[in-house]
Amino acid sequence: MSLNACSRAVILSMLLLFSQTTWAATVLVAVAANFSKPMTEIAAEFEKATGHSAHLSFGSSGKFVSQLGNGGPFEILLSADEKGPQKLEQDGFTVPNSRFVYAQGRLVLWSAKPGYIDDQGKILTTGNFKHLALADPKLAPYGAAAVEVLKKQGLFEKLQPLFVQGENIAQTYQFINTANAELGFVALSQVIENGKITNGSGWIIPDNDHTPIRQGAVLMKKGAENPAAPALLNYLKSAPALAIIKKYGYDLPQ
Amino acid sequence: MLTSADLDTLFLTFKVASLATFLMLLLGTPLAWWLARTNSGWKGLINAVVSLPLVLPPTVLGFYLLVLMGPTGAIGELTSWLGLGTLPFTFAGLVVASVLYSMPFVVQPLQAAFTSIGEQPLEAAATLRASPLDTFFSVVIPLAKPGFLTATILGFTHTVGEFGVVLMIGGNIPNKTRVVSVQIYNHVEALEYSEAHWLAGCLLAFSFAVLLTLYTVLKTQPVTHPLK
Repeated sequence: MSLNACSRAVILSMLLLFSQTTWAATVLVAVAANFSKPMTEIAAEFEKATGHSAHLSFGSSGKFVSQLGNGGPFEILLSADEKGPQKLEQDGFTVPNSRFVYAQGRLVLWSAKPGYIDDQGKILTTGNFKHLALADPKLAPYGAAAVEVLKKQGLFEKLQPLFVQGENIAQTYQFINTANAELGFVALSQVIENGKITNGSGWIIPDNDHTPIRQGAVLMKKGAENPAAPALLNYLKSAPALAIIKKYGYDLPQ
Repeated sequence: MLTSADLDTLFLTFKVASLATFLMLLLGTPLAWWLARTNSGWKGLINAVVSLPLVLPPTVLGFYLLVLMGPTGAIGELTSWLGLGTLPFTFAGLVVASVLYSMPFVVQPLQAAFTSIGEQPLEAAATLRASPLDTFFSVVIPLAKPGFLTATILGFTHTVGEFGVVLMIGGNIPNKTRVVSVQIYNHVEALEYSEAHWLAGCLLAFSFAVLLTLYTVLKTQPVTHPLK
């Protein structure tokens, strides 16, 4: 092959490579821990439907907001609340008007022991437990909602000494799942399978017992030029995605 | 400024670190002495076990402790059987975890100090009819003083800096398991940057002061990785 032909081949393959990236791009998504299961499924469907791919990072919304305010690489934030995306919007890190609510979270009082929790949550008053796990109410909306529920029932003062707090909802689940805490408040999505709580026992908290957990999504300025980013946000509003969100026990955004 | 909750975390951290350091010196001294003197075939195995926390990510240690010390874990069943309850989410659990986590930082400097004493001072003491215990307290300990100093400081500061293990087994309970490193992390996550700065600054100043004392006033050899 002559030098000329060789360089032509290089240029051609580079063009192919670049065209490849414009057709099938990768988007970096920061996902609140409670949404990890549905989002893993949604991302797989999204990849099948569009050819783009989504790389997911799971953690607490607070940490992601902190990181995104300091140059974090994520192009989309799927937060556990509306506050985080709002704050990033005020600080000018997001694409204007890209913020929306993608799901409304449901809280559940859960134990790894089958039959331990009744379907009214009476165990909170009658139970002889040593630890009640919840996510740190300062950091996690599911933790804040749990505190509201306890306050509404007049049990907050009595149960506060038994609190063990996870840094995010996944860690809270781990405390209960390893039986170190007899019971605790987690996201319904963590314990539900095909519409039922299959492991242990739980009480799904009535949604008027706490302020709705409206989970916000937002497109970061970093992702504005990436075709996969708006594509994923649109896909989140599509029927297949909404079906997955519903399957994991979330209420659909109003 | 530091809030009273922040001060509580500082106080708790020093309490955990002091108690853990005391226990590590108590347990680590005979262990290091044995490791320094023995020709036993177990030496390699014991050395490897003691040094594991140097290599393992703290989350691995924390995860295993959470499972093992929980109600269905081996240690948890033992402590429940003894009537002590389970250890995660308790002050005692935090101290136990800290001892395991920081032990190599105490054992290794001591082991090195004991090894470097050599046979001669011990033989000299024996010819003067000193009992082994007497020899240990009046010959070995004074000769190994720099080793004890390094062990104490490293064990203490390493426990102060502990984070991953506490995050896994602590449960963030005020005055019991909410130590300063976790409090800083929570401040940052809650976007309370000025509170985070105050606490982080305190910790930085403390750590620097300790190391500066170690290297200038006490003229200790620079402590590098204790394995080296």
